[in-house]
Amino acid sequence: MKDRNEIAEALAASGYIADSELATAISLMQRLRRPLLLEGEAGVGKTEVAKALSSVHATELIRLQCYEGLDQSSALYEWNYQRQLLAIQAHRGGASSIEDQIFSEKYLLERPLLSAIRRDKPPVLLIDEIDRADDEFEAFLLELLSDFQISIPELGTIKAISIPHVVLTSNGTRELSDALRRRCLYHYVAYPDVEREARIILARINGASASLSLQIARMVEGIRKEELRKAPGVGETLDWAAALVGLDVRDLHDEPETVHETLMCLLKTQEDKARVTREVSERILGRVA
Amino acid sequence: MSCCGPTPGFEEMDEVSRLLSGRLAAFLRTLRDNGFAVGLSEGQDAAALVASGYAARSGLLRSAFKHLFSARKSDWDKFDGIFDAFWLGKRVRSRSMAIGSSNAAKNPSLKGLRDAGGTQGGTQSATDQVPSPDDAPPSRGGEGRMEGASRAENLGEVDFRKLADPEQVAQAHEAAASLAKIMRTRLTRRDMARRRGYRLDLRRTIHRNISHGGVPISLVKRQRKDKPLRLIVLLDASGSMSMYTSVFLRFTHGVLDEFREAEAFLFHTRLAHVSGAMKEKDAARALDRLSLLAQGAGGGTKIGESLQTFNRWHAARVIHSRSVVMIVSDGYETGDADLLGREMAALSKRCRRIVWLNPMMAWEGYTPEAKGIRAALPFVDLYAPANTLKSLSALEPYLARL
Repeated sequence: MKDRNEIAEALAASGYIADSELATAISLMQRLRRPLLLEGEAGVGKTEVAKALSSVHATELIRLQCYEGLDQSSALYEWNYQRQLLAIQAHRGGASSIEDQIFSEKYLLERPLLSAIRRDKPPVLLIDEIDRADDEFEAFLLELLSDFQISIPELGTIKAISIPHVVLTSNGTRELSDALRRRCLYHYVAYPDVEREARIILARINGASASLSLQIARMVEGIRKEELRKAPGVGETLDWAAALVGLDVRDLHDEPETVHETLMCLLKTQEDKARVTREVSERILGRVA
Repeated sequence: MSCCGPTPGFEEMDEVSRLLSGRLAAFLRTLRDNGFAVGLSEGQDAAALVASGYAARSGLLRSAFKHLFSARKSDWDKFDGIFDAFWLGKRVRSRSMAIGSSNAAKNPSLKGLRDAGGTQGGTQSATDQVPSPDDAPPSRGGEGRMEGASRAENLGEVDFRKLADPEQVAQAHEAAASLAKIMRTRLTRRDMARRRGYRLDLRRTIHRNISHGGVPISLVKRQRKDKPLRLIVLLDASGSMSMYTSVFLRFTHGVLDEFREAEAFLFHTRLAHVSGAMKEKDAARALDRLSLLAQGAGGGTKIGESLQTFNRWHAARVIHSRSVVMIVSDGYETGDADLLGREMAALSKRCRRIVWLNPMMAWEGYTPEAKGIRAALPFVDLYAPANTLKSLSALEPYLARL
């Protein structure tokens, strides 16, 4: 059991700069053994939390990407039909002996959820974009998350060997059920403040100086305050920082042209591009100390 | 009501922690009053956290409780205020929503529904006393006195604003609610009949035919799963619509109750998401909650701005590929008509169909002259009158075809 300062330090060491609230959430996750539900705008680094968590615990990350129409056979388990058929055709003898044989674990294909509960060391299970899955799948997941056991009709009930650290993320394209929300700890991931974003750039981009990182973070904050369709996320900020470093920009004020031209890293719709004209970008840049 | 439940080792706890659990129970109650969904197990976890030293610093406890008790962004945002008010005694508005404010009575558009739903026809206040702007003397008491079977049939064709006596209004409300129900059942059945597999599912075919030694005798087809139709109602609650709002509110309540997927928004000068308030089974209580959200009704109508809010904050979550947006409004825009046009264009890109119901359309001599409606019409797939129950039910075949 680690306290939250240790967790924040461990996260920072793995390249994720967390705020103290997220560190609290992660320590609670361990203490209460509840899943953590992360919500927030796209691109604020929700998925990164799970990756950082797995490196903090020095354990494996098992990821289940949700999509519409995701069902049990691609999330939980499936029988390896081809092998079963081969076994049947190679086999000569009574039906009962072959039945025991082909419905054994040798013929079972593990999918992410099943493999997550059958590890000796608890892995981090990332259930990404749960809002994209159907309601039925959400209900099924809820059952799994409370019991941590899976029943396979032909094989019986499989109990968890270890309870994984579960992280769920949602972009809010669909309202999640109250039951699932209640089951989880909740953390809203907001855009980082200037100082934290600068530290993120500094940690992630080789060759970015402290002053440049701070300038970039301030500039991005200014852009987020404009009325945009799609405000740039942390991922976009990092892209932009990498672009500027790659173009050898040392100080944003020296090269307003380059700054404006590389804004395509941040603005992803035609409408937003039209809104942030040269004048606007220079005005924002002017406010960056 | 003890919310912490039987905390482990309750007897052995010293006096201080006993006091603390009492306070904790009160805190959970406060949270519930503020709309948090907090159950028994959260209470137990909270008690365990307090017992294990999280209570040493208020900042730490607040942060821990915030993660434990919040379930959505709105909870997350208001939690700190509630926590500070309760534990630290700071003066913060603790209840963000008071139920049953006096504003309900002042709001003409909602008054009608309240009378009809709340009391069983006992009220004397006629609901549609608001004089219609262009109409001949209101015919109250006229058709209302008719008796017998013919009356129910007539009701279908009576313009909503001409409904006068409370009983008749109540009947119209009932009809609107049951109409929503019928629509829902028919739509589902049509959905089922249309399903037919069109592609071979190889995996399942092999699985099914293992008993034949792998010879594919019975085939399994794959079929696309139909998403249920989602209906999103944007209801104009402004002054110019006041004669119709109550009936449409009741219809919307029915739709939300019956459709598996439906969302409702109310707008006048701003937009309010009312699905939560409408989920209340009891129509009268739902109305009580709505009266708050409809504050400002009777002023102008900023359809463009309301749509902008909708597109920006709600559309991504609410709209999917099989969504129909139903706008109920007279189209009298007091804001910027160009903005309305732009936002309609953006909306039409997102959803499958836009239906615009205009109760005024059936009025004699009405032409869509208002600037607002002219800007919006190019993006509307179905522009229909909706001033009688009959015209409302005429929508159903249209929705079923989608």
